[in-house]
Amino acid sequence: MKMTKTLSVLLGAAAAIGLTAAAHAGQITVISWGGAYTNSQVKAYQEPWMKKTGHTIVSADYNGGLAEIKAQVQSGNVTWDVVDVETSEAISGCNDGLFEKIDASKLPKGDNGAGPLEDFVSGAITDCAIANIAYANVIGYDSSKFTGDKPTKVADFFDLKKFPGKRGLKKESKVNLEFALMADGVAAGDVYKVLATKEGVDRAFKKLETIKSSVVWWEAGAQPPQLLASGEVTMTTAYNGRLFTPAVKENKPFVIIWDGQQQVFDNWAIVKGTKNKDLALDFVAFSTSTKPLADQATYISYGPARKSSAPFVGKFEDGKTDMAPHMPTNPDNMKNALVQDVKFWADKYDELNERFVAWIGK
Amino acid sequence: MSLAMDREALTARLVKAERRGKIRAFLLVAPLLAFVVLSFVIPIVNLVTQAFYGDLVSSTMPKITVELAKWNGKMPAPESLCEAFVTEYKAAKAKDPALPTRIATLVNREFSGSLSKMRPVANNELSAPYCDALAELNEEWTKPEIWNALKLVSPSVSPRFFIQSVDYRLNADGSIRHENEENSIHLALFGRTLMVAAAVTLFCALLGFPIGFLLAHLPTRASNLLMIIVLLPFWTSLLVRTTAWIALLQQNGVINDTLVALGLISDDQRPVMMYNMFATLVAMTHVLLPFMILPLYSVMTGIKPNFVRAARSLGATPLTAFWRVYFPLTIPGLSAGCLLVFILAIGYYITPALVGGQSGQLISNIIAFHMQKTLNWPLASAIGTLLLAGVLLLYWLYNRLVGVDKMKFA
Repeated sequence: MKMTKTLSVLLGAAAAIGLTAAAHAGQITVISWGGAYTNSQVKAYQEPWMKKTGHTIVSADYNGGLAEIKAQVQSGNVTWDVVDVETSEAISGCNDGLFEKIDASKLPKGDNGAGPLEDFVSGAITDCAIANIAYANVIGYDSSKFTGDKPTKVADFFDLKKFPGKRGLKKESKVNLEFALMADGVAAGDVYKVLATKEGVDRAFKKLETIKSSVVWWEAGAQPPQLLASGEVTMTTAYNGRLFTPAVKENKPFVIIWDGQQQVFDNWAIVKGTKNKDLALDFVAFSTSTKPLADQATYISYGPARKSSAPFVGKFEDGKTDMAPHMPTNPDNMKNALVQDVKFWADKYDELNERFVAWIGK
Repeated sequence: MSLAMDREALTARLVKAERRGKIRAFLLVAPLLAFVVLSFVIPIVNLVTQAFYGDLVSSTMPKITVELAKWNGKMPAPESLCEAFVTEYKAAKAKDPALPTRIATLVNREFSGSLSKMRPVANNELSAPYCDALAELNEEWTKPEIWNALKLVSPSVSPRFFIQSVDYRLNADGSIRHENEENSIHLALFGRTLMVAAAVTLFCALLGFPIGFLLAHLPTRASNLLMIIVLLPFWTSLLVRTTAWIALLQQNGVINDTLVALGLISDDQRPVMMYNMFATLVAMTHVLLPFMILPLYSVMTGIKPNFVRAARSLGATPLTAFWRVYFPLTIPGLSAGCLLVFILAIGYYITPALVGGQSGQLISNIIAFHMQKTLNWPLASAIGTLLLAGVLLLYWLYNRLVGVDKMKFA
């Protein structure tokens, strides 16, 4: 008897908590790229947002691409609410009707009072997505593996004689073809002009062919630092923040070559048809406001998409490493930098990537 | 008379009782039937349909589909064609803003670069004569390529994805051309996939046979322990097993480190065992081995030791007794294991992709690539359908040669 009474009290309490929770707290699912990057977003965006609003976030990882989103939208069973996508995917997904439109003018003002449309750097706002950070595809190497000269430029990546060892490359046409052309002597500013011609594409593949037998292909952003750390490769392409974090936090001998870096935005997009659109929008607006963007730089070396965040970017979470020199946007790192041409890739991605995959398979 | 009546009544009652039994039996299997239909038959029908049927263009732009079918392929394009295209393409945008790009994406796959030529048509004000307006927008519209690409994607039923799956391309005039040298890969990968599957099956058979034998003929206590060791990988996630192989085989992995520490090889001569065909074969053989061992084991436990003993007592050497008496009795298990392993191996792609480097590209990787990256689902469906047809063909061949009814799975 007593037992039943306790049980019913407990049940009642549980029901009451459940009810209030249902009335006030919602839940959204946020999808990002995993590893040190997702970690930085959890710390800088998600935890503060959950604390402020009382809602919860389910955080999960993916490896990019629109397939899962397309499947969810087409089947009408949308379980992802907010997804971190690259700009080219943000645009093609928007065109394909996979993402909700976002009115950027309704985003919060910058902390310096600048309106949202002026505050975001150019290219950060698209119809369906708001950029949170700019990252760079860079070449990194393990300095303990090269005792004499150290590699300093893109061309060194393709010089297997002077800098022996395996190379890590992402299993995708984007980024690699640009690196190949720059290594072959094309100036950053001319890369897409050259790549638009058949001869240019042939030239890029010819250059890639010279190292093909020494390449280890990676797919997830967390792989390159592992490949370097395990000694599987001596040099690899990577997202700059993925090399920065182990280098500073774990004292790994990873060095970034900024020559030929290729900058890309990561954006928040909201999946079309989500039942939590308002919450998702609130999260996007919160996380892309001045302070959270600046806070993220405490955890990973990616540049905030708002100009007003720059003054707040300080030191790494260890409290002593200055972040500014590690940012892709730092003037010293920008001497030979490329901004990925989203329009070019929208047109050419299918063709070039198909050829790329065929080339790998041979 | 009454006897006949009785018999009639009896038969009727029997039929009734049998029918009730049948209904009950059917109701018992109904959930399974529904499950098979929902999770197996419908998706496969859907897959095969996607490969040759797509009505995106013909349903949203019916007039241009008709006009293109009539068009003789000569430039300049007739005004009726341009008009139909411009008006219908704009109407599609009015219906759903995402439609123009979805259509342009299809065209872009046949003629790269069309996406950026088509999108402005939906977004700009154009007035008659439409052919001139289009030419003013972009001179590509005065050339036949983009119209031909549009013509290719407009019919709702088209064999072009099947043709593409075997490295050929369909032309707008119905003829077929060979895929560019640098893009043709499918046939080579079909070949490689079959080779890998055959090799893995062979290795599994060679390794699985003695293990199955031990399992069946060791004392119970020892064989139980062995069974647990065989089954252990079954309880471990596929990804964990694959990653374990990476840790073992890589350049600075356990095996290489041990060899160097033992002084068997020098530090700069570590053999490459990772990201090549060797790693693919090792990892796949390991993952698929239980599928070979279990059917072999179940058949071998059923073979009476008397048979071999009888052969020996009649003067056969141990080898003859094994080869002529024991081995033929294991064929049902061996063939079941081979078929299981082979079919599973043909569809493998995660393990080879992780450990195989560029040689780990199999046909399933291409299917996954078109599913996830290019979102070219019809092409993925067409390749998948060919793969399915290939497996069915092999199964049929196998049935003719060995007989499926002779197989024993467990």
